[in-house]
Amino acid sequence: MTTDDTILRVEGLAKSFGTTEVLKEISFTVRKGETKAFIGPSGTGKSTLLRCINQLIVPDRGRVYLHGEEVTHAGAKINQYRAKIGMVFQNFNLFDHLTALRNVEIALLKVKGMKEGEAREKALFELRRVGLEDRADHYPAQLSGGQAQRVSIARALAMDPDVMLFDEPTSALDPELTGEVLEVIRELAQNGMTMLIVTHEMRFALSIADEICFMEHGTILERGPPADLRDSPAFERTRQFAGRFAEL
Amino acid sequence: MDQLAFIADILLPALWGGLLVTLQLIAAAAPFGVLIGAGIAVGRVYGSRPVQYFSRAYVAFFKGCPLLLLLFILYFGLPSAGISLSPFTASVLGFIFCNSAYDSEYIRGAIKSIREGQFTAGLALGMTRGQVIRNVILPQALRRAIPGLVNEFVYLIKYSSLAYMITVIELTGAGKMVATRYFTYNETFLVIGLVYLSLVTVTTIGAHLLERRVAVPGMASGRH
Repeated sequence: MTTDDTILRVEGLAKSFGTTEVLKEISFTVRKGETKAFIGPSGTGKSTLLRCINQLIVPDRGRVYLHGEEVTHAGAKINQYRAKIGMVFQNFNLFDHLTALRNVEIALLKVKGMKEGEAREKALFELRRVGLEDRADHYPAQLSGGQAQRVSIARALAMDPDVMLFDEPTSALDPELTGEVLEVIRELAQNGMTMLIVTHEMRFALSIADEICFMEHGTILERGPPADLRDSPAFERTRQFAGRFAEL
Repeated sequence: MDQLAFIADILLPALWGGLLVTLQLIAAAAPFGVLIGAGIAVGRVYGSRPVQYFSRAYVAFFKGCPLLLLLFILYFGLPSAGISLSPFTASVLGFIFCNSAYDSEYIRGAIKSIREGQFTAGLALGMTRGQVIRNVILPQALRRAIPGLVNEFVYLIKYSSLAYMITVIELTGAGKMVATRYFTYNETFLVIGLVYLSLVTVTTIGAHLLERRVAVPGMASGRH
């Protein structure tokens, strides 16, 4: 029932907090190597959507499939699925008591059951990939925001995920630090990583996404390749919003 | 001069045995106090409803119960329920209950001070809740709780003297016996006071070293 290269399938995902419907029957599929960007005003359910995919938030209705296997209602197996779905957070969420290297290593040791030496090698490889091998022994508090976010990307990549979820990866960064993070993400896209990105960086989204989804009030208002959507009304509204956002 | 002779020849040898018992009481109680305290704290923050209720009741009961009363119950009361404990065991148990109740409060506060996002990040990597708590939350919470735990340890050093009330001849008890026999209350209790003071001083220095050793740049200062 899934086409061969479909990695992720989301069907009718719905979530309410109290009486507020945050997600209203969201459906889409993600092909291998595809980059899908979600943009739209704050509070339209974009972050909730990402968290429903790896079940950090349990949706009220709807299903999520990873390689055709249902992630929703996975019970104890949910940890196995989460290990295959990398996530990068707005606030990095690095483990404060661990060095950059240990941050990347820890899930390799505890979740993947790797040996110390093997995990170390893999972690160093991932840090090199985001250009931070020389910061391996630094603690999160000793890293700039951009570096911290790159470490958190390395931490997610180390698990060799099938898909990466980026939840506003540059929103907490000073403008001069967003570039280095976007560069890392761009490189991942070029190397064929499958990614869902929630972002306010419109130009970035337009330049790397295969498909853009405009979200508003818990629905996907419009979707399509960047080129087709540049002049759509939804895009215009979002751009106005993003413009205001940037001015702030 | 014969006061010095009394202290050197009679008092100190007698106190030595008591000191050893005091140290044993502390050594037996403190680790379990922290361990159980951590368990209770985790239960209160992350446990299911019943676990939360149990943990709260545990803390409320042992914080509310005067330690001396607790020792009396454990030593004098339990035999009528068919459980006879040695004075030493009863004391250690009482200390563990009391110590762990307070320790759990320090640790619980520390757990709550850790940013929620780290828990989420651990889960997102595929860790179980237990793995996140053990590998992410507790290592940080325990570091932050060190000043409180040390405080409680210092209390333990001092309230270990209550074991004397259920016939354990520890430092205070040993001194009391010498003082009564030789009618040397001032000398004896002054010396005992100095011994407790040095125990507390050593603890404070040790705690400082420990805190420095496990310090994480930018973390212990409570930047986040």
